[in-house]
Amino acid sequence: MIRFDQVHKRYPNGREALAGVSFKIDSGELAFLTGHSGAGKSSVLKLIALIERPTRGQVFINGQNTASVKPRGIPQFRRQIGVVFQDHKLLYDRPVADNVALPLIIAGVPKREIDKRVRAALDQVGLLTKEKCRPLELSTGEQQRVGIARAVVAKPRLLIADEPTGNLDPDLALEIMQLFKRFNDVGVTVVIATHDVHLIDRFAARRIVLDEGRVAAQTGASLWVSAVS
Amino acid sequence: MMGAAQTWLARHAQTLVGSLGRIVQHPLATAMTVGVIAVALALPLFLDVLLQNTRAATVNWNQTFDLSVYLNRKAGGERAQGLAKQLRTRQDVAAVRVITAEQALADFRAASGFGKALDALTDNPLPDTLVVTPTLPASTPEGMGALRIAVAAIPDVDTVQLDTEWVQRLNAILDVLRRFVWLTGALLGLGVVLVVGNTIRLDILNRRAEIEVMKLVGATDGFARRPFLYSGIWYGLGGGLGAVGVVVLAVAVLARPVEHLAGLYGSQFQLRGLGWLSAVRILCTAIGLGWLGSWLAATRHIRAVEPT
Repeated sequence: MIRFDQVHKRYPNGREALAGVSFKIDSGELAFLTGHSGAGKSSVLKLIALIERPTRGQVFINGQNTASVKPRGIPQFRRQIGVVFQDHKLLYDRPVADNVALPLIIAGVPKREIDKRVRAALDQVGLLTKEKCRPLELSTGEQQRVGIARAVVAKPRLLIADEPTGNLDPDLALEIMQLFKRFNDVGVTVVIATHDVHLIDRFAARRIVLDEGRVAAQTGASLWVSAVS
Repeated sequence: MMGAAQTWLARHAQTLVGSLGRIVQHPLATAMTVGVIAVALALPLFLDVLLQNTRAATVNWNQTFDLSVYLNRKAGGERAQGLAKQLRTRQDVAAVRVITAEQALADFRAASGFGKALDALTDNPLPDTLVVTPTLPASTPEGMGALRIAVAAIPDVDTVQLDTEWVQRLNAILDVLRRFVWLTGALLGLGVVLVVGNTIRLDILNRRAEIEVMKLVGATDGFARRPFLYSGIWYGLGGGLGAVGVVVLAVAVLARPVEHLAGLYGSQFQLRGLGWLSAVRILCTAIGLGWLGSWLAATRHIRAVEPT
């Protein structure tokens, strides 16, 4: 599903975020990216969502080399990935249901179908009663769940999340993680960047530890070792 | 696919209404933008209406290619009648009307309001005049010129005045004015594009975060741009309606004084307002300019918004 092959990422300010990262995540896996802040977790996710491009090396998503995706093709590419952000990135001027519907509207899904799928997604995150609320009327944990509903509403096969529990107290954080686990249970590949090691200890899942732009350790199934080196 | 087209249409209609809702949420800012567009469009539109009216008022004059033949004051009324008879026999003359000196003075007394002052004259200063109307085939610049020379050569003829000269001058002036209106219109139209463009640019800056989110969940630039294009269309429509309103009002204010003025000249002339066609045309132009301004700004600035 995801393959990083000797990926380097240097930002225009000269900071080298990734220095030769290689790993592979299989379809249907749940994987945690961990490491200190600045270790390169966010950069990995940005490369997956094509928010950034690698300076060197190659990133394959779903068998497709991201280098072959032209700027015009980026919107279409992103539609196959659900993304959850630490700061939710919701649109605060419209109700919860409209926020969740956004990916479907963009994809041109018919209205009746949208209503159905939005309610299904809100039901999955336990917010069916809040569909008419504005995001700011909700708690932080609820807002994060709206973000998750939006990420899954278009039924992507890949779900990525950047510090989704960063602002939450431990109970809520666990709840959110269990929510991600439920999506993984039905076959969605889930990649979560987090520094909360204690939290992910409770999940038997793949773990990729990054340190200063390199893969420091990997645990769990399907370790991928660069065949050429 | 029927369903896809319906979805597409419904989506556009929703964006159209949504963008209207958004711009009326800021009534003051919207009113300012629409007001600027209305004023910018009203000026050339109003000039155009005046120009149309001038042309309408002078269109009949273009066809009266009359020669005014002023006789020597010593010639006398009989000589005038004789000359008229002589001219009527010419191939290129359709009609000759005699205005005797007495008649001219009486007309002048009636029309000018100088009655009392004219009584002070001991002597009629006006000459006998023949108004010579050429036949239609002779009503060309060459034909008129030849007739003029022939008439001027007749003894007792003092001056021959070609009435078309000043009409031609007027037409030339109108031509210049028409160009001027076009130029003004083009410049102010450019102004409208810039005003709408700038408004949309600020709008995009304000909604940067929203555009970023849209792009993150897979929106194309075109999708993110759409509401702004509709805003531009609304601004254009609002400004166009405002401009039409301003011109209708201006014509209404001017109609009576103009009628009065025309009446003083013994004319039935009435100020013609903005026709339906012109109104529709200016609305379409305004919408087009609004769309163009927003397209230019939105295409440029939305491309620059990239999620980080």
